[in-house]
Amino acid sequence: MSRFGTLPRRLVHLLIVMFGITLVSFFLLRLIPGDPALAILGSSYTHTRAVAIDNFLGLNRPIWVQYGQYMGRLFRGNMGFSFFYDESATTVIGQHLGPTVFLVIYSAVLAAVISFPIGFYAGLRTSGILDQTTRVFFTLSFAMPAFWLGIILLLIFSVHLHVFPLNGFGSGLIGHLYYLFLPALTIALGFSTVLVRSLRAATIATLQAEFIDTARMKGIKWSQVLWRHVFRNAVLAVIAVYGVNLAYLISGTVLVENVFSLPGLGSLLVSSVADRDYPVVQGVTLLFAVLIVLINLLTDITQSALDPRVGQEIGT
Amino acid sequence: MSAMWVGSPSEVLMRVATKAAGRKRSAVRRRMTLIIGLVMLGIAILAVLLAPVLVSQSPTTIDVLHPLASPGTGGHLLGTDQYGRDLLARILYGGRIDLAIAFGATSVTLVGGTMIGLVAGYLGGKIDSFLMRIVDLFFAFPFLVLIIAIIAMLGPSIFNMFLAIWITSWVSYARIMRAQTVTARKQQYVLAARALGYSNIRVMFRHILPNTASAVIIFSMVDAVGNIILAASLGFLGLGAQPPTPEWGAMISDGQNYILTSWWLATIPGLAVVFVGVAFSLIGDGLADLLRAGER
Repeated sequence: MSRFGTLPRRLVHLLIVMFGITLVSFFLLRLIPGDPALAILGSSYTHTRAVAIDNFLGLNRPIWVQYGQYMGRLFRGNMGFSFFYDESATTVIGQHLGPTVFLVIYSAVLAAVISFPIGFYAGLRTSGILDQTTRVFFTLSFAMPAFWLGIILLLIFSVHLHVFPLNGFGSGLIGHLYYLFLPALTIALGFSTVLVRSLRAATIATLQAEFIDTARMKGIKWSQVLWRHVFRNAVLAVIAVYGVNLAYLISGTVLVENVFSLPGLGSLLVSSVADRDYPVVQGVTLLFAVLIVLINLLTDITQSALDPRVGQEIGT
Repeated sequence: MSAMWVGSPSEVLMRVATKAAGRKRSAVRRRMTLIIGLVMLGIAILAVLLAPVLVSQSPTTIDVLHPLASPGTGGHLLGTDQYGRDLLARILYGGRIDLAIAFGATSVTLVGGTMIGLVAGYLGGKIDSFLMRIVDLFFAFPFLVLIIAIIAMLGPSIFNMFLAIWITSWVSYARIMRAQTVTARKQQYVLAARALGYSNIRVMFRHILPNTASAVIIFSMVDAVGNIILAASLGFLGLGAQPPTPEWGAMISDGQNYILTSWWLATIPGLAVVFVGVAFSLIGDGLADLLRAGER
């Protein structure tokens, strides 16, 4: 086994998944019932325009030729033409990418900051007050829609306490951090309950490991054991959970961006549905899927870099 | 901090003993969990079905004279919205859609996904790898985004919301059920059934399914919570129920426009979502404990 573990095989798998993703996003447009040209044009339907759209989508050719054309365009970075913005879909999507990426990273960091100390402490002191509180909060947050939590936070911090702005993206790094605090907190709270639970479980499991007894027998100070052995190993075990849920967190941004009127991909996706801007919907869906695949890959790489055992024994 | 972990042997024994006692207590408590969950869900279903009996107001009657009345005023227990429509009536009638999604979407994907997973896991080979590649593919997409995209293409409506969930959500069940079936296929009772010459169909449905179904059933409760939230989310984004039909997510979205003056409009429908969601998760927790205890 090379020192990269199963990475080469994962890259092949990645290519297959990428191929599948383009296939799904290609067939999305075929779900439009009836005549796509009519659905796209709506009241501005004329025969010439319909023919132009049919030609653009290649609807008069065999399906594999259409897919070939679609892939050919994708490789040139062309995701079609936005009917609503009168610009290329790639440009429109590019303009909305920033806030979403910022929000995802911000809330991922915030979630780690919130949940790592709580989860670790809850694992050290099971059935303590903190542990019980997180358990109740976990049940509640599991059943709590993220967009509603966002509105509640808005009600408390913006409407009543006037601490944070109601909406907007702000300017400059400090401005972004300030304006996006509530949206990021909304996502982070939902995310951290999962992290707290898994870090708690991992801490409990690590405490029972033999190397902890060894470390203690060597006479290392307990605080040192906790920090250098227990915490590190517990966090390592949580990284996979972190990566998987980071992917779900992207779904959360779609809702939260709409609550806080942020000019990101989620807002673009929803407004494009209303505008029947199919190429943009198709493009955003594709981009989100690619983002998730990349996050998963990054998780795998991080994990095998931090923990040499990972990827050595897993056969599939 | 060190004191709580470095303990004398008697202290360690005490910890073990209290832990065991805790486990016994939690068995009773878990059954309580199931009962409380079922009661909560029962209340929600009854309230939604008996809405015409419980409230006299109609959820869609506009009263221009009393818009945004606060809770408890003018004969409106939970107040009124921007058109003067009674909020309680709207929540009760609106819950019909959310609960219908929780049951309708979940049951169809539970049955469909379980069948696909069972067949894939039992037959193996090319069919299995083909079906599992499709499952992998669906997992590559963020569910919400894929569902929004499908609704975008089909057009926003309640039926298309069902359709989008049906298309995407069976994959989790298929994955869980396949794993269960692959394990079961190697076990004695399945080998015995096959040795008796039973048909594949009979082995799958009479032997494997009853012995492995608990995993998907427990997951279906988690999924029901997810579907309730999904229904509300899509309604919030304007992709589910269309106005003036009341629906919890759409009501929260409407209410957000008035959070500066009328906090109750967005808050209370959300509490309804949380109530039903907690009910399903309690049932899920309770079932998990009951079914797993039965396996032991």
